Amino acid sequence: MTTTDAATNTSDAALAVEVRDLHKSFGRLEVLKGIDMQVDHGKVVCIIGPSGSGKSTLLRCVNLLEQPNSGSVKVNGIELNDPDCDIDTVRASIGMVFQSFNLFAHKTVLNNLTLAQRKVLKRSRAEAERIAQENLERVGLADKINAMPSQLSGGQQQRVAIARALSMNPKVMLFDEPTSALDPELVGDVLGVMRSLADEGMTMLVVTHEMQFAREVADEVLFMDGGVVVEQGPPNRVIGDPQQTRTREFLHRVLNPVHANE
Amino acid sequence: MAMSPRKRARLIRAIQYAVLVAAIALLVVLADWDKIQQAFFQLDVARAMFPDVITVALVNTLIYTGLGFVFGLALAVPLALMRLSSVAPYRWIAGAYVEFFRGLPALLVILSVGVGVPLAFGVILDKYVSLMIALGIVASAYMAETLRAGIQAVPKGQVEAARSLGMSSAKTTVSVVIPQAFKIILPPLTNELILLTKDSSLALFLGASIAEYELTQFGRVALNQYQSLTPVLVAGLCYLIITIPLSYLSRYLERRTGGRKIKTPESTELGAAA
Repeated sequence: MTTTDAATNTSDAALAVEVRDLHKSFGRLEVLKGIDMQVDHGKVVCIIGPSGSGKSTLLRCVNLLEQPNSGSVKVNGIELNDPDCDIDTVRASIGMVFQSFNLFAHKTVLNNLTLAQRKVLKRSRAEAERIAQENLERVGLADKINAMPSQLSGGQQQRVAIARALSMNPKVMLFDEPTSALDPELVGDVLGVMRSLADEGMTMLVVTHEMQFAREVADEVLFMDGGVVVEQGPPNRVIGDPQQTRTREFLHRVLNPVHANE
Repeated sequence: MAMSPRKRARLIRAIQYAVLVAAIALLVVLADWDKIQQAFFQLDVARAMFPDVITVALVNTLIYTGLGFVFGLALAVPLALMRLSSVAPYRWIAGAYVEFFRGLPALLVILSVGVGVPLAFGVILDKYVSLMIALGIVASAYMAETLRAGIQAVPKGQVEAARSLGMSSAKTTVSVVIPQAFKIILPPLTNELILLTKDSSLALFLGASIAEYELTQFGRVALNQYQSLTPVLVAGLCYLIITIPLSYLSRYLERRTGGRKIKTPESTELGAAA
């Protein structure tokens, strides 16, 4: 159909995301110290861990918003570190949702959703608008189609951001703490949209502090601390019955915030 | 008996008002109103200037300013992008251009383009073209810096969102960064337009046919012709007709765009990693 498919149908057998021995430093600060992880097609992987553990950096390496120092990142079998890799084409097949929404402030909701469809996928205006409409209905905001981002609440902005990413028909969705900037009562709407995405079989890699969501939706949970993956496995083991001391301490702090300092 | 601070403040304010009123009264009594009226407010002189002061001079001022502004903006956009380029020589060239032309008097640039170039290269430039180039060069140096600051003020998340959707760096710049940068710099850009309106008066030094007179030239010729300051006053009022609405526009835009910040909990990206 479009360039997206050309980039991704190279190998359906390949993993959706495959990270091997990934290292990343900011100046002298080593943030990722050799990460190995993978996401199978149709699976949801949640990354949890204290702030500063490198979770967001790992996520941002998966669409090369951060350039790794060494190691391998493959998305649908395409090696991103290969100089021949057309990163724009690969990115078009990876949806990304940011903590701070990052809706285009000068464009209406509709144009936020159609811009990249038209500029990158070369869809016609009519087709782009039809797909935008569909995705807005999917996140329950069809009535906001002509609003400006500044007129929306944080939760609505984030759902528009998800719809914007979905309009590109991505093969993988990356979520970088999508609910951390939201007022508590708005978190549920966004998590609800993410949950239904997971139910539809979307491949998702989610950095989150929402333990309940990770526990119920994730197929696999990664606990990161100090730039390494400390523990990984199914959620009822990593969150329900952690083996590592660091994981236990972290979960104790997160799940009992009032008593954390005692 | 000592005064309370509040009473003393009130007394001092009263004295200040009294001094001001006395000064104005003195001015009114001492001024030679007949002479002043003869110099500045000769109605027949003012009447004789119409309608040419509007249809020729004001219009030409607007045309020179407009041409210079548009040409300047067309130069400023690539210059600003060069200033922010990852290719170092582009940065150097744009930086040198800005420093050079920002540091020169506008008159020197106008004389160079309007008189110097025709003398040196033997090309005759149309009055409008040479003023467009000269005023444009002067304005572009300032506007390039303004635009660069505007581009840098666009939140990083906007670029990341566009890039994450697969948009190239060039498409991101054109569709996301520059439109938002212009929104940010609209107030300072309006100020630049006001400055340029006044700089257009320097066209006076290039000489002109009557049809090419702008406000200052027109006022000066009339000043000699009528031996009266009235033409200067009329020309001055015409400038204010242009500039005062512009400064109101600038203030309005500042209130509209400056008050509302683009929401960015410019967050954990690096912070979380660090």
